[in-house]
Amino acid sequence: MELLSGGDILIRALREAGVKHLWGYPGGAALHIYDAIFRQADVRHILVRHEQAAVHAADGYARVTGEVGAVLVTSGPGATNAITGIATAAMDSIPLVVISGQVVQERIGDDAFQETDMIGISRPVVKHSFLVKRAEDIAETVAKAFYIAASGRPGPVVIDIPKDVTDPNRKVPYHYPDKVKIRSYQPTTKGHSGQIKRAVKELISARRPVIYAGGGVILGEASTQLRELARMLNFPVTNTLMGLGSYPGSDRQFLGMLGMHGTFEANTAMHHSDVILAVGARFDDRVTNTPAKFCPSATIIHIDVDPTSISKTVRADIPIVGSCDVILQDIIDQVRASSRKPDQVAIGQWWQQIDEWRARHGLYTAPRHEPSGGEIIKPQDVVKALYKVTKGKAFITSDVGQHQMFAAQYYLFDKPRQWANSGGLGTMGYGLPAAMGVKMAFPDDDVACVTGEGSIQMCIQELSTCTQHQLPVKIINLNNQALGMVKQWQDMQYGSRYSHILYEDSLPDFVKLAEAYGHVGMRVDRFEELEEKLEACFALKDRTVFLDINVDPTEHVYPMHIAPNGSMRDLWLSKTERT
Amino acid sequence: MRRIIAILMENEPGALSRVVGLFSQRGYNIDTLTVAPTEDRTLSRLTLTTTGDEKIIEQITKQLNKLLDVVKVVDLTEGTYIERELMLIKVRALGDQRAEIKRCTDIFRGQIVDVSATSYTIQVAGEGDKLDAFITTLPEGDVVEVVRSGISGIARGEKSLKL
Repeated sequence: MELLSGGDILIRALREAGVKHLWGYPGGAALHIYDAIFRQADVRHILVRHEQAAVHAADGYARVTGEVGAVLVTSGPGATNAITGIATAAMDSIPLVVISGQVVQERIGDDAFQETDMIGISRPVVKHSFLVKRAEDIAETVAKAFYIAASGRPGPVVIDIPKDVTDPNRKVPYHYPDKVKIRSYQPTTKGHSGQIKRAVKELISARRPVIYAGGGVILGEASTQLRELARMLNFPVTNTLMGLGSYPGSDRQFLGMLGMHGTFEANTAMHHSDVILAVGARFDDRVTNTPAKFCPSATIIHIDVDPTSISKTVRADIPIVGSCDVILQDIIDQVRASSRKPDQVAIGQWWQQIDEWRARHGLYTAPRHEPSGGEIIKPQDVVKALYKVTKGKAFITSDVGQHQMFAAQYYLFDKPRQWANSGGLGTMGYGLPAAMGVKMAFPDDDVACVTGEGSIQMCIQELSTCTQHQLPVKIINLNNQALGMVKQWQDMQYGSRYSHILYEDSLPDFVKLAEAYGHVGMRVDRFEELEEKLEACFALKDRTVFLDINVDPTEHVYPMHIAPNGSMRDLWLSKTERT
Repeated sequence: MRRIIAILMENEPGALSRVVGLFSQRGYNIDTLTVAPTEDRTLSRLTLTTTGDEKIIEQITKQLNKLLDVVKVVDLTEGTYIERELMLIKVRALGDQRAEIKRCTDIFRGQIVDVSATSYTIQVAGEGDKLDAFITTLPEGDVVEVVRSGISGIARGEKSLKL
């Protein structure tokens, strides 16, 4: 058997686990590992400018490819900087393996230089973690970590490796296991047959059904089944923020996103539904509004791979634990084989009702905002123009705030894994590094980061990474000169007392800043030039372009749930109009 | 409602902190907690008591099951079970009191496990209520120190919690 050092074993095992890209930042405790990276060419390391960005980049990569993202950081500050990225991935169930260097075992607990208890500090935000104590255990631990990260409900796994374990002078036999078995971990795949039968019965007899599909459909590769089932039954489909793309955004049966900033038709249809088929969604508080008032007449069928998601906030009438694709396929087969068929008259009437809602307040059918004109560019129109210029085919990443909601509302995602944003944790700074990860995965495709002047500054140092590693992403900066979403809440709930959301003329010149990093910067002030500048931006295939767009600072995101104590259908439709 | 949850988990470093961390992270209560390795050295057996409504208990058991190190979880209070707690109690024992304390200890089927010129150390095992009751039989102010193990539990009959 081949003898290798711990550092070499780690890199070899990563390669074996399928890692092509490793995002990271070196430091003392990781030096043996970095030396092992230097001596090989199979795993490409991408040096970022901050460890948070390394994790977001790997996360973006994982979201669009479905593979496990890989990260390498050093101990202490390297590890703590990675925490925000790990928590982001944990909240959105993104498969990652994050390797952190640790001080030598002899020094653990001594408050050694750059020591931090990474296992302890990451514990609440990982799916699992490992402290490797012997070089002999590295390969198996890596195999286990990748298996855990990718299976069941995916999530981030941390491997903490003390420096002595990767000592180049200590060589041990290398063996990467063919198969991983963990006795305490056996995720359920197949759904309970009795529950599936009950679900099929409910679906067939539904008169006002809605399919509520979340990120689990994308993670569980169940989009094909979702589309097939929805079309077969002619049921309306709504997506969560995380589920966008699991059902084609431009399809007639798509109601748009639901929840706090969801469409009028999606939220209203949910409220009046008699049967809800929830797939890979977790009844998040940004979806349900007040749980006690959630969809009062609906029978809830809930499919999820994670039993803890079921009946956590809203009680499921028919819970089905297992993989979304497998269960949806079973449902499709049973609906097809059933002698009973859905009542098409009732479903037709339901569609009539939905179309009426759509016509009245639809996001896409009736303009929900004053259109742009002259010097004033409405942020919504930027996303619409982006959709048009990229023909709906770009990968979109986003940060957190108003721009994120506008992107989610107005870019119609037709494919799963086309959209990457921090839905659960709401991490400002996610967008740019995530876009780098996406671009690394799909170098020939357009990748745009829809961001704001607040969020972009949280990881703006990554413009330098884009230069070094030739990652020509397009940054679409909806610059409204304020922390827009906070401002909106201050407008709505705090009498427009703008507490610390303004920059008082301290914003950088983003065009010059982009140029300083070697990129192209463009400023857009007038609506007339919006499309033309966007065209110019995407025409520069090999350049990172920063499009700084001056948008209407007074704009709010609507619809918006009325809270507290509101139901799904209680919405603000504009600054003055409510349901 | 009070529940006794028995957990079989990997006897690995960090496993216990994951269980305890889960409770604090999600705002659940732990009233008592006992943990020790089992006859299979790779496994630890943990018994914890907690309180919560049905929805919370359901989440607790699901969340515990989700932890990678946790092999099995059983809510003992769903069936019939035996619970025991061990208490060691040190009391001041002087003059006539010594005989009286000895009598009470016998009534509660405890044992005096250590003696000094001025004190007894008594061991009592049983359900929590019994231990509470025993403390009240001792002269107030004479209890020097109390140490309780927390509850251990096991299902009645042939049901068992094992791999």
